[in-house]
Amino acid sequence: MDMNRRALLLTSAALAANVVAPEAAFAQEQPRRGGIMTVHFPTEQRILNPSLQASTGVYIVGGKIQEPLVDLDAAGNPAPCLAESWEAAPDGKTITFKLRQGVTWHDGRPFTSADVQFTAMEMWKKILNYGTTLQLFLDAVDTPDAHTAIFRYSRPMPLNLLLRALPDLGYISAKHVYEGTDIRQNPANTAPMGTGPFRFVQYERGQFIIADRNPNYWRNNMPYLDRVVWRVVSDRSAAAAQMESGQLLFSAFSALSIADFTRLGRDPRFEVTTRGNEGNARTNTLEFNFRNPILADIRVRRAIAHALDIPFFIENFLGPFAKVGTGPIPTTSPDFYPANMPQYPFNRPQANRLLDEAGHRRGAGGVRFNLRLNPAPWGEDIALWSTFIQQSLNEVGIRVEIVRLDAAGFLRTVYNDWNFDLATGWHQYRNDPAVSTTVWYRSGQNKGAPWTNQWGWTDAETDRLIDAAATELDPARRKALYADFVRRANTELPLWMPIEQIFVSVINRRLRNHSNTPRWASSSWHDLWLAS
Amino acid sequence: MPTLLIILAGMFLLLQLAPGDTVDALIAQMGGGGDAKLAEDLRRFYGLDLSIPAQLGNYLWRLIRFDLGFSAIYGKPVSTVIFERLPATLALMTAALSFAFFVGLVLGVIAAKRVNGWPDTVISTLGLIFYATPSFWFGLMAIVFFSVHLQWLPAGGFEDVASGLTGFARLRDIAAHLVLPTLTLGLIFLAIYLRIMRASMLEVLTLDFVRTARAKGLDETRVMLRHVLRNAMLPMVTLIGLQAGTMLGGSVVVESVFSLPGLGRLAYEAVVQRDLNTLLGIVFISALLVIFVNFLVDLLYARLDPRIGTGGAP
Repeated sequence: MDMNRRALLLTSAALAANVVAPEAAFAQEQPRRGGIMTVHFPTEQRILNPSLQASTGVYIVGGKIQEPLVDLDAAGNPAPCLAESWEAAPDGKTITFKLRQGVTWHDGRPFTSADVQFTAMEMWKKILNYGTTLQLFLDAVDTPDAHTAIFRYSRPMPLNLLLRALPDLGYISAKHVYEGTDIRQNPANTAPMGTGPFRFVQYERGQFIIADRNPNYWRNNMPYLDRVVWRVVSDRSAAAAQMESGQLLFSAFSALSIADFTRLGRDPRFEVTTRGNEGNARTNTLEFNFRNPILADIRVRRAIAHALDIPFFIENFLGPFAKVGTGPIPTTSPDFYPANMPQYPFNRPQANRLLDEAGHRRGAGGVRFNLRLNPAPWGEDIALWSTFIQQSLNEVGIRVEIVRLDAAGFLRTVYNDWNFDLATGWHQYRNDPAVSTTVWYRSGQNKGAPWTNQWGWTDAETDRLIDAAATELDPARRKALYADFVRRANTELPLWMPIEQIFVSVINRRLRNHSNTPRWASSSWHDLWLAS
Repeated sequence: MPTLLIILAGMFLLLQLAPGDTVDALIAQMGGGGDAKLAEDLRRFYGLDLSIPAQLGNYLWRLIRFDLGFSAIYGKPVSTVIFERLPATLALMTAALSFAFFVGLVLGVIAAKRVNGWPDTVISTLGLIFYATPSFWFGLMAIVFFSVHLQWLPAGGFEDVASGLTGFARLRDIAAHLVLPTLTLGLIFLAIYLRIMRASMLEVLTLDFVRTARAKGLDETRVMLRHVLRNAMLPMVTLIGLQAGTMLGGSVVVESVFSLPGLGRLAYEAVVQRDLNTLLGIVFISALLVIFVNFLVDLLYARLDPRIGTGGAP
């Protein structure tokens, strides 16, 4: 064990060095035109249009072909994309976007406010996951002229919330492609048409997707690349080998094995980094089912949290890409991150004491009680984490049986059938707690909606804080409300988020201008170029 | 036909036992954020709002009209999805099976000729190693050695799409991509053919007609080729008929390791995503192909052994 730890520490040092080196050395280079970018595409998607499905698997392709109203700049602030400027009315119920002029769709038709209106009302509000919640109170989009779109809400919409959500949930589709059709069955869903720097060419199922340079792109003289090819490679080890043989130049969103991150990080041909993914933070969860009376007792939940040695787990299993988490809002979100919230540091005697107090004395073989743990099947870290939970809880007399299911089975069993004691997976933080974080705590979620409060736990104070923050227009007061929310969440502990991670990218060093925004892997890559 | 029906209905019901449906799988891909109405809309869209007997009935009724239905993952008719995957599967299967058959045959003959000599020992040991090694390990090691270190062959994929080759150059490119998967998949089968061929040769060599042939004064090569080999081939041909079916289903492992667009990976994906139509479609098409291959094998029997006739009085 000791030997491993040392090796890992050396590796982290090497990785850190790798992360710093390249920018300085290549800053003065002239961008080179041409070249083919090859991208790892691990899971095939049913839809490639990001106006209809918000997920990293869609952005990695559709984000190069279609564009959002607003993007993020290098510092993580909202930056103009298809919208050039925006303004909110004082009551927060009207938000006006001025749209970019002279932008054309890939088929040559002009991009106008009618496209924005159609996409917002027919796609974001009705179909797009997370969009339907975000735009719940969107009444109408007015289009006084071809380059102005006025969003009208029936309740105040904080401008900052909308602007932070739109880079992911604000992709525009062409009205003339979708109008009058069954949107879910439209062929453009898998052959997307947009305004972006690359034009869709071909999608060969099980093999590849190709997009070529858009010569009429609105950013002059961009993009630099001639072509982007996404190669479907489902096996992690095979993908690592293809990175090494140069068949792939980029693998995003932690799609290789943790061992390969360490190995490729030592190789001078690659950069292994979390840079460019800061906008995609996630936390590892530990979810409790309150229908089990043992877990409904706060002392038991706290004892379980105290029984887990998080720094030890991270150091020995996850390596340099994870850190100790402190609750639902990760440190990568400085606008909302609250410091000094209640924590549950590793303390085995304390855990034992709490369990004794709760009346669960050790029985035969030192066992207090049995629990089932359902780990989500995505991510190697979840599998490791669930085994670690099992062994850690065994030390305090809780025997855990791990129930492994595939994706569909996991979602159905945990969030719809509620047939679990403990569950663990990822909570994805999307730049603002109102987008996909507070739903984990707010009561009244529909049965079966995954990644929401399905624990059988209701807390009026939590609900009040969440609702107040969602419509609070003053940024400072909003931050304070979310701090109160986190304090409440960490005190009541309906679920615990003790590990914080950012997705890891593996990048061939021939790539230039990469990872330069917090959502680079999802972004349009208009300024990306390839050194010879 | 009744067997096929039972298999299809069985598969359908078996998949109902797995928790979750294709909408759950889709929502897992989305990363959540769907409200109840969204899930409901999707279930209606995929025809999952009906009862299970109604779904099964619908499926069989469509099948009678040769309609395999619509693939949930790919948003296209299942027949299109399957036919897109067929070339890669057939190319890999034919290559691997031919490689295994011919090399296995030659090695088996050599081993039988020098039974208990050093060639026999070497060949039999190799056979055992090939048979015992898991194919994903073979595949990965082959990639590491030939693609990463030597850079001779591509590490995966069916063809080099980025360069846009056409005609003969494209065929060469596809062939280069198939070398490693063929070897990986073929080695296990090679081991089996080798053992069968060796045993079968040894058996035939002891038979009376071989002694007769030798007594006639025929030279050894002629005895081997015309008399022994031809008779020893029968078990080999039987085996090919059986294994063609196994291979048609594709090899999930080899296809995943080499990122080939074959039927095996499609079937795996269909199970994970609970895409019933696609899975049943694959079962259906594979069954048809197996029947076809077995028909060919029967014809081949008649060629090899005139005693196996096409029926009627002898």
